[in-house]
Amino acid sequence: MFKKVAVFGLFLALVPTVAFSDWQLNLNRGVTDTSIAVYDLHMLVLYICVAISVVVFGVMFWSIYHHRKSKGFESHEFHDSTALEILWTIVPTIILIVILFPATKALINSYDTEESDIDIQITGYQWKWRYKYIGEDLDFFSVLTTPTDEIRNKSEKNENYLLEVDKPLVVPINKKIRFLLTSNDVIHAWWVPDLAVKKDAIPGFINEDWTRINEVGIYRGQCAELCGKDHGFMPIVVKAVTQEDYVIWLAEQKALKEIEAAASQADWSMEALLVKGEGVYIKNCAACHQPNGMGIPPVFPAIKGSPIALGPIGTHLATVFEGRPGTAMAGFGEQLSSVDIAAVITYQRNAWGNEVGDMLSPTDVDKLKGGE
Amino acid sequence: MSTQAADIDHGDHDHGPAKGITRWLYSTNHKDIGTMYLIFSLVMLFIGGSMAFVIRAELFQPGLQLIEPEFFNQMITMHGLIMVFGAVMPAFVGLANWMIPMMIGAPDMALPRLNNLSFWILPFAFALMMSTLFMDGGGPNFGWTFYAPLSTTYAPPSVTFFIFAIHLLGASSIMGAINVIVTIMNMRAPGMTYFKMPMFCWTWLITAFLLIAVMPVLAGVVTMMLMDIHFATAFFDAGGGGDPVLFQHVFWFFGHPEVYIMILPSFGVVSQVIPTFSRKKLFGYHSMVYAIIAIAVLSFVVWAHHMFTVGMPFVGELFFMYTTMLIAIPTGVKIFNWISTMFRGSMTFETPMLYSIGFVVLFTIGGLSGIMLALAPVDMVYQDTYFVVAHFHYVLVPGAIFGIFAAVYYWLPKWTGKMYDEGLAKLHFWVSFIGLNLTFFPMHFVGLAGMPRRIPDYPLQFADFNMIVSIGAFMFGTSQLIFVYVLIKTLRKGEPAEQLPWEGAEGLEWTLPTPAPYHSFPTPPTVE
Repeated sequence: MFKKVAVFGLFLALVPTVAFSDWQLNLNRGVTDTSIAVYDLHMLVLYICVAISVVVFGVMFWSIYHHRKSKGFESHEFHDSTALEILWTIVPTIILIVILFPATKALINSYDTEESDIDIQITGYQWKWRYKYIGEDLDFFSVLTTPTDEIRNKSEKNENYLLEVDKPLVVPINKKIRFLLTSNDVIHAWWVPDLAVKKDAIPGFINEDWTRINEVGIYRGQCAELCGKDHGFMPIVVKAVTQEDYVIWLAEQKALKEIEAAASQADWSMEALLVKGEGVYIKNCAACHQPNGMGIPPVFPAIKGSPIALGPIGTHLATVFEGRPGTAMAGFGEQLSSVDIAAVITYQRNAWGNEVGDMLSPTDVDKLKGGE
Repeated sequence: MSTQAADIDHGDHDHGPAKGITRWLYSTNHKDIGTMYLIFSLVMLFIGGSMAFVIRAELFQPGLQLIEPEFFNQMITMHGLIMVFGAVMPAFVGLANWMIPMMIGAPDMALPRLNNLSFWILPFAFALMMSTLFMDGGGPNFGWTFYAPLSTTYAPPSVTFFIFAIHLLGASSIMGAINVIVTIMNMRAPGMTYFKMPMFCWTWLITAFLLIAVMPVLAGVVTMMLMDIHFATAFFDAGGGGDPVLFQHVFWFFGHPEVYIMILPSFGVVSQVIPTFSRKKLFGYHSMVYAIIAIAVLSFVVWAHHMFTVGMPFVGELFFMYTTMLIAIPTGVKIFNWISTMFRGSMTFETPMLYSIGFVVLFTIGGLSGIMLALAPVDMVYQDTYFVVAHFHYVLVPGAIFGIFAAVYYWLPKWTGKMYDEGLAKLHFWVSFIGLNLTFFPMHFVGLAGMPRRIPDYPLQFADFNMIVSIGAFMFGTSQLIFVYVLIKTLRKGEPAEQLPWEGAEGLEWTLPTPAPYHSFPTPPTVE
């Protein structure tokens, strides 16, 4: 057994120099000063723990080997020693104090409240993230894009399985970015290992954290707090780019927003809405209400044959737009564009045997968005 | 009290157990109730374990193969609840029932009818809890820590049954704890001062105080949930001015002492077993007692180390980091004392000793990863990953469960009057030991590499280790069938055990005949 521990210690000692792709054993060093400080502290404590176990288990197994009855060893009267008790109270205390200095320092640094360059509000939803660039009029949702077929083992899984989203969070490197975290429903936790940022997103609270990324790259993470059914399916992708690329990206996003706004003014046919609506439904509704509209009653009711989908279109729109407070049904008024809302409602009223036959025009949703 | 008078009063009252089912239903005998607790706990171990089987089967490979995410969440929740409240805690109460009266020279527990009630609540509480799995919307799916508002606003309707089940379990635990305290305080044999008590009684006395202190807190938190769900209060609902973080503070104020409730009696068992098989007195008896008291007191001021990522102020993080580190000191004292007990002893390695050594080694590994987790800045990375899962399984499985196995093998000859099959029992130990490490050690690696806990499906980079973990889990789970076989074989055709089956064993329980009579110590023995 001692050998096993020693081998394991040796194994860990090699870790920093050997890169494992699949058989990764240790923390990533990450790409921020904080993550490197955390990594160093982790390694320090790990080595101390390995050293302690070598000494403690060493004595124990030495004794087990030598002081056994089968070797004829007689038991000694050795069952009290104040000196030893004091020794093994003081020595661990000293070791703890040695650890506490760098730990306290790292904690102080992580609470740096100095002014930031960019502020981003992160809101957790069941089961997606919303990123709002404060002061930039830019606000979007980031949703898992891994196809259901891959999750259901019907097609081969790609390399970023469960770690891919439609719109990553794009940030510049070498800038202090402040995250303001909250939640729309239950508690989530926003976590990107390479940034060493993990903070709970709690409804009714605004938590603060920050990062300053040193290297261009794509960094992936996952929700870290159990938040319901699809907790394992709400990843985080952060794309760190240079300041120049960031400025270009911002401009592109704003241009896209205008195109989207113009789209709701276009003339949409029912067929076009139905086609678009199916895509919107799969991406935003199917997780709970299921691709076949049957839901998972009683928590997630069916849309097929539901009084709302078959009833007046105004009620249907209000339900989708505002959600149902006190239930898992979120309001989609802010999450989706007018076209998407119109399309998905049209789709829900005319799919899986629902045959209302009417359609909702994006301009009607625009009116609601305009504050009517 | 004069022993002679007691003899005259009770001389013709020595009757055996009642016949049939009433023996168990109406029992006020500490041995019968202890046996029922232990059997109940074994059944729960297998139910909770089969849920772990389901979890590990789904996690064997990436992708969703066997079960849906919502059922996965019900499995992790029920696995945790059943193991904590159904397997570990009742097993310790069962051991307390059997052993405390025999160790302190008392005829029975002080409150026998309360004892009967506290056991018979359990099957009903668990029937209530497990019935939720068959209800509309499924059972509890919010993790055994049931954080609001996932467990209130967003919970399935069955949550109400879960709340009542927790209330019942709490009531049962409090009754059990009161019984232990009253028994130890009032019924020690003449001459048995507190500092002559066996260590198992000391650890249970302190555990009982912890139970009385924190089970009402758990009852309080679930009652607040009940109010939020059914009576429109908003304790934990931010929309009504409530505070979801308050839930976590109250829960962990219960939850942290709770983990010591699940480990202290094991400390006691190991402190009985190691001296026996080292043929040497327990090293540093007094400092062992003080260390347990220190651990128990500290357990009340460390709770928020479970919540380093909720956004506590700097000073709060610092406070909980420092107090958590402090716990390492008395825990270290205990480990050093156990090792010193072995040191220069004359050791043999029967199954109880193997389990105790396994306990010391693996619990130390869990303790060391605990020190790593205590460091707030690093915990920001470890929090809610498989590293945490590895940590608490290393302290709970070898901690609580190995302690229980050590106790059962150690006292089984005294209970049944028969000797178990040493070869098979050793096989049980070694298969368990290997299976356990295969299961929980690689969890450290996937946790550090970034795998969150409580997910039914995971990115491909974690696939290899998860497969190993699942194989280990199947091995560990299956090996418990050996345990059942050993028990049955002992009862059916075990060799008759001697009065003192272990050469180095000391204590009042070994002065009794084997098997221990139905009514032991009708007159109290006198302790030198």
